[in-house]
Amino acid sequence: MLRLERRATPSSTMSIVSPLLAAAGMLVTGFLLFSALGKDPVEAFYLFFIKPLSTTYGIGELLLKATPLLLCGLGLALGFRANVWNIGAEGQLTMGAIAGGGVALWFGDSDSMFAMPLMLLAGVLGGMAWAAIPAFLRTRFNTNEILVTLMLVYIAQLTLSWLVHGPWRDPQGQNYPQSQGFGDAETMSVLIEGTRVTWGIVYALGLALIAWVFSQKTFAGFRMQVAGLAPAAAAYAGFSEKRNIWIALMLCGATAGLAGICEVAGPIGRLQQEISPGYGFAAIIVAWIGRLHPIGVVFGALLMSLLYLGGESAQMGMGLPSAITGLFQGLLLFYLLAADLFISFRLKRVVPITEPTLPTPAARIESTA
Amino acid sequence: MDQFANLKPRLVLTGITKRYPSVVANENVSLSVRPGEIHAVLGENGAGKSTLMKIIYGVTKPDAGTIMWNDQYEIIAAPSQARRMGIGMVFQHFSLFETLTVWENIAMALDEPVPTAKLAAQITEVSEKYGLPIDPYRLVHSMSVGERQRVEIVRCLLQEPKLLIMDEPTSVLTPQAVLILFKTLKRLASEGCSILYISHKLDEIRALCDTATVLRGGKVSGDAIPRNETNESLARLMIGGELAECHLIPREAKEVRLDVEHLSLESPDPFGTSLKDISLQVRSGEILGIAGVSGNGQKELMTALSGERLSTSGSMIKLFGQPVGALNPAKRRALGLTFVPEERLGRGAVPPMSLAYNALLTGARKGMVQKGLIHPSVMRTFSKHVIERFKVKCGDEQSVASSLSGGNLQKFIVGRETMLQPKMMIVAQPTWGVDVGAAQLIRQALIDLRDQGVALLVISEELDELFTISDRLCVLAAGRLSPSVKPAETSIEQIGVWMSGKFGDKAGDGAAPANSKLETAYAQA
Repeated sequence: MLRLERRATPSSTMSIVSPLLAAAGMLVTGFLLFSALGKDPVEAFYLFFIKPLSTTYGIGELLLKATPLLLCGLGLALGFRANVWNIGAEGQLTMGAIAGGGVALWFGDSDSMFAMPLMLLAGVLGGMAWAAIPAFLRTRFNTNEILVTLMLVYIAQLTLSWLVHGPWRDPQGQNYPQSQGFGDAETMSVLIEGTRVTWGIVYALGLALIAWVFSQKTFAGFRMQVAGLAPAAAAYAGFSEKRNIWIALMLCGATAGLAGICEVAGPIGRLQQEISPGYGFAAIIVAWIGRLHPIGVVFGALLMSLLYLGGESAQMGMGLPSAITGLFQGLLLFYLLAADLFISFRLKRVVPITEPTLPTPAARIESTA
Repeated sequence: MDQFANLKPRLVLTGITKRYPSVVANENVSLSVRPGEIHAVLGENGAGKSTLMKIIYGVTKPDAGTIMWNDQYEIIAAPSQARRMGIGMVFQHFSLFETLTVWENIAMALDEPVPTAKLAAQITEVSEKYGLPIDPYRLVHSMSVGERQRVEIVRCLLQEPKLLIMDEPTSVLTPQAVLILFKTLKRLASEGCSILYISHKLDEIRALCDTATVLRGGKVSGDAIPRNETNESLARLMIGGELAECHLIPREAKEVRLDVEHLSLESPDPFGTSLKDISLQVRSGEILGIAGVSGNGQKELMTALSGERLSTSGSMIKLFGQPVGALNPAKRRALGLTFVPEERLGRGAVPPMSLAYNALLTGARKGMVQKGLIHPSVMRTFSKHVIERFKVKCGDEQSVASSLSGGNLQKFIVGRETMLQPKMMIVAQPTWGVDVGAAQLIRQALIDLRDQGVALLVISEELDELFTISDRLCVLAAGRLSPSVKPAETSIEQIGVWMSGKFGDKAGDGAAPANSKLETAYAQA
C-alpha cells in the first residue's frame, strides 16, 4: 500500500526534476495519442520535435518564437512570485505593439537613428500603461487583478483591430486590415544570417539575467518574494503591499510591451489584426515550467517555442489539426501540476498494521497501582 | 490513586511509537487510564503529548505499539471510530463555524442526523446537568471564548463518552472560568468517565488530576501522583533539570517612550474586537504587562501599535514623543521599535525561507542591505548570533523556518527582535507553546532589555508570567483597557475579575493609567 506523506522540507531536487517528469509525461501521452489516431508515432515525434531543429533556419525560428515567450514569462514569473496574478500579458503585449507601432508609423520611412530606440521605449511604456490599470484598480478599489487583466486583453485586441481597420489602415493595402509596412530604420535587424531571428532575443536574455539578479540579490526582490510566500509577514515587516503590486505589474507590463514591439518591428514588420498566437497566455505556462525562476524561464520559453514549431510542422507534414499545439501545451501544464505535488510530498510504502503481538499491559499497571 | 486500584483499566497503551520524517514524536510510550480517573499527560511543548492524543483519537496511526480498550485490542482508524467507541476530544483550537448557531455546529459533528428540536433539548439538558449553560440557538460569533469551549465540551458529552481528552483547555480561560471547568470535569469523573488532561501547567495538574504520565522528548520520563509532588519535582521530571527563576529588581522608570491617548479603532473584521478609548504609557526601563484572554482586542492593539493597521488620527499613538499613528511598520521600526507577533509562522517568520533570510525580514537596517543589495554574510552572521545566544535548536542558519518547532522558532524571533537593539519593544504571547526552559530564557532576555533601559510592552495570557516580569500590569477586556497596577499591589483574583470586563468605567475622568491614586483605588476596590 502506498501513501502520500508530507516531506519535512520541500525537495529542491524534485522542483527541478518535476518539469522533466512533466515533459516525459507529455511525450508518453503524445505517443499514445498519435498511435490512437493511426499515425506513426515515431514519424510524428520526428516531425514534432526533431525536424524543426534540423536547420539553421529552424533554430532561428525557435529563438524567434522564444523571444516573446521569454519576455512575457519573465515579467509574469516575477509577479507570480509576489502573489500578483497578472494573466493579461497578452493584452500588455498588444498595447506595447500598438504604442511602438504607432511611433513607427509616425516616423514613416524616415531613417532617423532615434526611430528604433523610441519605438522600443514606446512599446515598454504602452505595456506599462496597460498594466497600470489593474494596478490602480487593485490598490485603490481592491478589484481582482485576475479578472481585470484578462478583460483588458480583449479591449487591447479590439483596439488594435479598430486601428488597423480604421485610422491606421494602409491606403494601398487593398482593404486588408493592416497598417503600412514599417520602414527599414523602423524594422529590427536580423541577428543571424539566413534566419528571421532579431536582436529581440538578445534583449530578452539580457533581461533574464537582470531579473535573476533582481530576484535573488536585491532587497526589492526579497520584499516581493516575502509578499508572495507570506503576505502577513510582509505586513509585519512593513513592506508595502501597494508598492509590491505596482512593481509586479509594472515589470510585467514593461517586458510584455517590449515583447509586443519586438514582434511587430521584427518578423511581422507592420501592425495587423493578429500579432500573437497567444504568447501572453502560453507565457503563464512558461513561467511555471521555469519554476518562476528567471533562468528556468529561459528553458521554459525554448520548450514552449518548440511546441509551437512542432505543431506547425506536424500540421504540414501529417495533416494533424492545429489544435495539436494547444493540446501539448495543456498536457505539459497538467503533468507539471501533478508532478509538483511531489515537491512537498513523497510516496511512502506503508506496511498495514497486522494483529498485535502478545503484549503485557498487566505488568505496567501493577507497577503504577 | 487507591480508589482506582480495583478497577480494570479502560484504556491501555503499550509501546506506542510514532516517527515523523524529521523527528520521533513518541517512542515506546505506555500508559493506562481507569474509569473515573483524571489522568494528566504532562510535558513540555514538543514532548509528544499531542501526537499521543491524536493516536488515541484515531487522527494519526502509530508505527508500532498496541491500544487496548476495555480489554479488547483495537486499531483506531479514524476519529469517527473513536467516537463510536466512546472517546471524545476537545481540541486546543476550536473548530466552530462563527456564522452558525450552537446546535448547527453540533449537528455537523454528529454521525447520525438528529431533528433540530430534539437536539436542542439534548444540548440544554446536558449543558445544565454539567453546569455549562449554553443557548442552543445562539450564534457562535457572539459567544466568548469560554462559552465556545463549552460548546465543544457539550458536543463531546452528547456522545456520552467513556473517555474525554482535553488538550490544554485552560489556556483560553480566565482564572474564574478555570474553576468552573474543573468542577465540570470532576463531576464527569465521578460518574465514571475517564479524562486525559493535557497540560504543562503544574498548579492545575496538582489541583485536578489523580495520576500523571510525564513525557520528555517523546518518551515517558516518569509516572506520578500529582498531589504528592511539588511543582519543582514535577518540573524536574518534565524538563530533566532544575527550573531557573527570573527576578525583577525594582528600578526607576525613566522617560515615556510609548504614549497612547484615547485610542479607539473599529475592527475591520466583523467578528473582531474594536478598541475603545485606550490610554497607556510605557517608560524607558519598565515592562508593562497586558493580561487578558486572546480575542479581547489583543490582536487589534498589537497591529495598531506596530503600524500594520494605521490609526485614523495620527496623534493618538506617540513613539518617543513623535506621533506615529500614520506611519507604517517599517517607519516605526526605523525609529527604534521592534515587535514580536503572536503568530509565528506566516507573520513573524516566512515559513519556507531560511533563518538567515528571516533575519533579513526585519533586520535590513543592520547592514544586511547596502545600496539595495543583500549582503548574505552579514545576514548569516547575525542569524548565527541569534541562534547561539537564544539556544535555538536547528540545523544551522540555512534551515527553513517551518522545520523548527514552535518554541524554537519563537526563540529565534524574540532573539532577532531583541538583537536589533530596540528602544521600545512590544511582545505578544512571548512564551506561547514554548517549553519551560526556553520560556525562562525568553523572560530573562526581556528583563535584561528592561535593565538596559528599553521600554517593553508584553501582551500575554499567562498570568503567572505577567506577575513575574511586569513592573505594572493591566487588563485588556472587550477592547477596553483597565487601569494599571503594580503586581505586588494586586492578586490573581482581582485580575481575574478585571478580565471579565469589570473594572469600572473610566469614561469621563480621562486619567492616564499612570495616575497612581486611581490605580490604587481600583486595585483595592
